[in-house]
Amino acid sequence: MEILDQLKRDTIQSLVSAGKRADDRDNFSYRDISVKKNILEYSEGSALVRVGKSQVLCAIKIGIGEPFPDRLDEGILTTSAELMPLASYLFDPGPPSDEAIELARIVDRGVRAAEIIDVKKLYISENKVFVVYIDVYVMDHDGNLIDAAGLAAMAALQCTRMPKIENGQIVKGEYEGKLDLLKDVTTHTFAKVGNTLLIDPCLDEEKGMDARVTLGITDKNTICAIQKWGSGSFSQDELFQVIDIAFKKRKELKELIDNA
Amino acid sequence: MEEVELFKNGKRYDGRTVEELRHVKIKAHVLNDADGSAYLEWGNNKIIVGVYGPKECIPRHLASPYGAVVKCIYNMSPFSSLGEHGRSGPSRRSRELSMVIGQVFENVIEREKFPKAAIEIFVDVLQGDGGTRCAAVTAASVALADAGIPMKDMVSAVAVGKVKDTVVIDLDYVEDSQGQADCAIAFANRNKEVLLLQMEGEMSKEDMQKAFELASIAQERLHQLQVEALKEVYMHINEGDAFVDI
Repeated sequence: MEILDQLKRDTIQSLVSAGKRADDRDNFSYRDISVKKNILEYSEGSALVRVGKSQVLCAIKIGIGEPFPDRLDEGILTTSAELMPLASYLFDPGPPSDEAIELARIVDRGVRAAEIIDVKKLYISENKVFVVYIDVYVMDHDGNLIDAAGLAAMAALQCTRMPKIENGQIVKGEYEGKLDLLKDVTTHTFAKVGNTLLIDPCLDEEKGMDARVTLGITDKNTICAIQKWGSGSFSQDELFQVIDIAFKKRKELKELIDNA
Repeated sequence: MEEVELFKNGKRYDGRTVEELRHVKIKAHVLNDADGSAYLEWGNNKIIVGVYGPKECIPRHLASPYGAVVKCIYNMSPFSSLGEHGRSGPSRRSRELSMVIGQVFENVIEREKFPKAAIEIFVDVLQGDGGTRCAAVTAASVALADAGIPMKDMVSAVAVGKVKDTVVIDLDYVEDSQGQADCAIAFANRNKEVLLLQMEGEMSKEDMQKAFELASIAQERLHQLQVEALKEVYMHINEGDAFVDI
């Protein structure tokens, strides 16, 4: 596989340096994106997002748990991501890989840092709070799982119902209203191949990239999370360039999830 | 859980007759990277299967010079039930199901054509409502065919069981957990050989006969749906990316 990867890397790099992309997009265009909400009945909220050939599902489950001892009046938010082996020849069964952990943490950070969910409202009674589980399930991998997962999580949260509570217990299959959301967040990932910046890298481009940066943007164009990956570097100019582009792209993505 | 009247006036609690299957929908070729894939909805069950191979068998010591090794992983997603959020990763139950589902396909795949290779079947239950192992076998068979892996036969499976002293087909979660017996059966379509059989509960010999009778009829129907799903993909030239249509 190593030789093949190296060849792909060379091809992608020479394409990009000639001002082209593998799939004829321009440098700051997303692939076709589709968002579908409410695809599962048993979870409180769910969404399936396709970004090009990448397919990511997000499901929200809400349970009851004990609060953290230092935050007794706040609910709990936990995010996990699974790179299912059926999604790609690159994924193996077993405990979560570094890549899966990074993906979960980026999605989590976006949701948490933007303060989308008012955790104080997840309080039920003494020592009892709601736990919101955000599960990201990657089903098909063709690059830029971060943006796909971020969109899926946001879309799923938007259609999340609150379980009905009776005598301090959840009544299975019955719901009362929706999960209150204060804001929303979109994530935008840029790859750097050679000296060129590209939004929404496909898998081959990810193999050819030297660095990657993801921006989480929330209401009023506030940046709420940033993650850089890779041995390559970004200049300050480049970072401000991608911030401006992310602000523009946010509108596109926000429309897609709001109208789904 | 609330007790429900499972069988009343010839109808089951959800209005089905004894021999009536839940609604089944199969779509082949839903993933882009996997060599073969299928998505199946069976009542409230939602299952996705991806197949890879034949490919190099890793670790190598598992490879066989006589034929391909079939590896199957059945996995329940942590959000698959109406109840609490579960744990991800293998459980004792999913390990057992992975094994018996894998064995079904060891039987039908022409393994001798691919010595030292591996064929991987990944089954993911996105939503489970009783009868997931049968749904998994039915979907995996379509995914393997979609991958172009030579097989002697297609396989489909269905559960039969007993509620309120009545033998019924295709138990859902409520019937399964409150009924008297549950029996999963997988048939090879060509010769009706039984490739998977797991029973739990109490049934008489007569009950079993009735159960096999019901299952054979359902199997024909499921096979037809599998073939239709494959034709849908391969009778026309499909442009554009594959996608999961939940």
